[in-house]
Amino acid sequence: MANPCQLLYCHCAYAKVVPREVKQEVLKQLSESGVAFDAVADLCEMSARQDPALLQIAQQENVRIAACYPRAVKWLFAAAEAPIQEQTHRVLNMRTESAAEIVSRLLSTEEITSSNEDMAAVEETPIEETQVEEP
Amino acid sequence: MISPVAASWRVVLYEGEGSHPLGADERFEATSALLERGYAVSNVRPGGRLPNLGHADLLVLGRFVGEKPPHVEDALGEVRLHFHQLDEGIIEAGAASVLALVEAEQNEQNVTPPGGWKPWFPVIDFDRCTNCMQCLSFCLFDVYGVSGDGKIQVQNQTNCKTDCPACSRVCPDVAILFPKYKAGPINGAEINSDDLRREAMKVDISSLLGGDIYALLRDRSEKAKSRFSKERDDERALKERMRCLKKLQEGLGDLEIPAEVISSLPSMDEIQAKAAEAKRKAEKALQQQEQSKHDV
Repeated sequence: MANPCQLLYCHCAYAKVVPREVKQEVLKQLSESGVAFDAVADLCEMSARQDPALLQIAQQENVRIAACYPRAVKWLFAAAEAPIQEQTHRVLNMRTESAAEIVSRLLSTEEITSSNEDMAAVEETPIEETQVEEP
Repeated sequence: MISPVAASWRVVLYEGEGSHPLGADERFEATSALLERGYAVSNVRPGGRLPNLGHADLLVLGRFVGEKPPHVEDALGEVRLHFHQLDEGIIEAGAASVLALVEAEQNEQNVTPPGGWKPWFPVIDFDRCTNCMQCLSFCLFDVYGVSGDGKIQVQNQTNCKTDCPACSRVCPDVAILFPKYKAGPINGAEINSDDLRREAMKVDISSLLGGDIYALLRDRSEKAKSRFSKERDDERALKERMRCLKKLQEGLGDLEIPAEVISSLPSMDEIQAKAAEAKRKAEKALQQQEQSKHDV
């Protein structure tokens, strides 16, 4: 399935605050969907390390992030000096929403706009996108 | 502050040109097992591109038709690519064998394994923070500091005591989050009118206690320690600490300071030195803030 969005899934691996059945179901359905996606073990841990990957994600456009509360994700990125903006990044909350809702919104073909109720943040300059690529 | 460090490497489950696709279950099980162990994983599908996330090493796993997929290369020449065939034996053995393969490669390349720390630390919501410096003054463990331009910031995340959200409880602006906390608004949930009403009722903790909060904490701890050393009775000591802790919690409101934090407070001299240093930093930052207002 073609999906123009960059999809990022956070597994919140070091705590039990995201319901296990929700995150496992989201990951399972993403795996079954046929779309490409990136998955990280824990955005909190990456923020504490100021992992440069956060800046790279922040600089991408049309990104959907399955994680936790949008306010928490926004400030985790900001703390790593990688602010995200709601015009380009949509955060979906696996702590409060069902797996079906999350997956439906992750795979939606709708463009992210500033009028979307979910948020995220950031950079204006696009970066080199590809490390490994196919012709 | 923790130095900015990229994760050691990223695992790529490659299913693009020159490879056979994995089954959905195999893809899910492998991704899940790797994430549980702290690895970042990218799933690349036919025709797909891999975004640059700044990793120096990519471990590319797949059911390649040849030794490795054709045309897969680092476009910028900045990434080391390690290819591993997921042969039938590995696929049949399941996710555990994929994990074993990744860990064996990690050991061979002498890469530091991921994880090992529960990432518990405060995150500041700068839409709400008024830079009042209460958190800087309150925290005894040097988690907070002041930036070059006089703003409060979290500087030593790993100093934070796991499961202690006390600084967020004393923040008058509900501006401190702990994303791994169980409940809102500390966990980042939107702030509702009840939360704001509660914050409006907050009073200065020092004046509430009629003095220095640290002095009170320390006093409780010292008294308890003194009794413990005389009695040398572990069970009674534990009970006493629990009693003191309960009293302390009641006295301070529900700050949820874990018992181990109370029992490991620094010495009185250290606390006084920290309080003086925090006061100096806060005053300097607030003066800087005032000055910049005048300049504007």
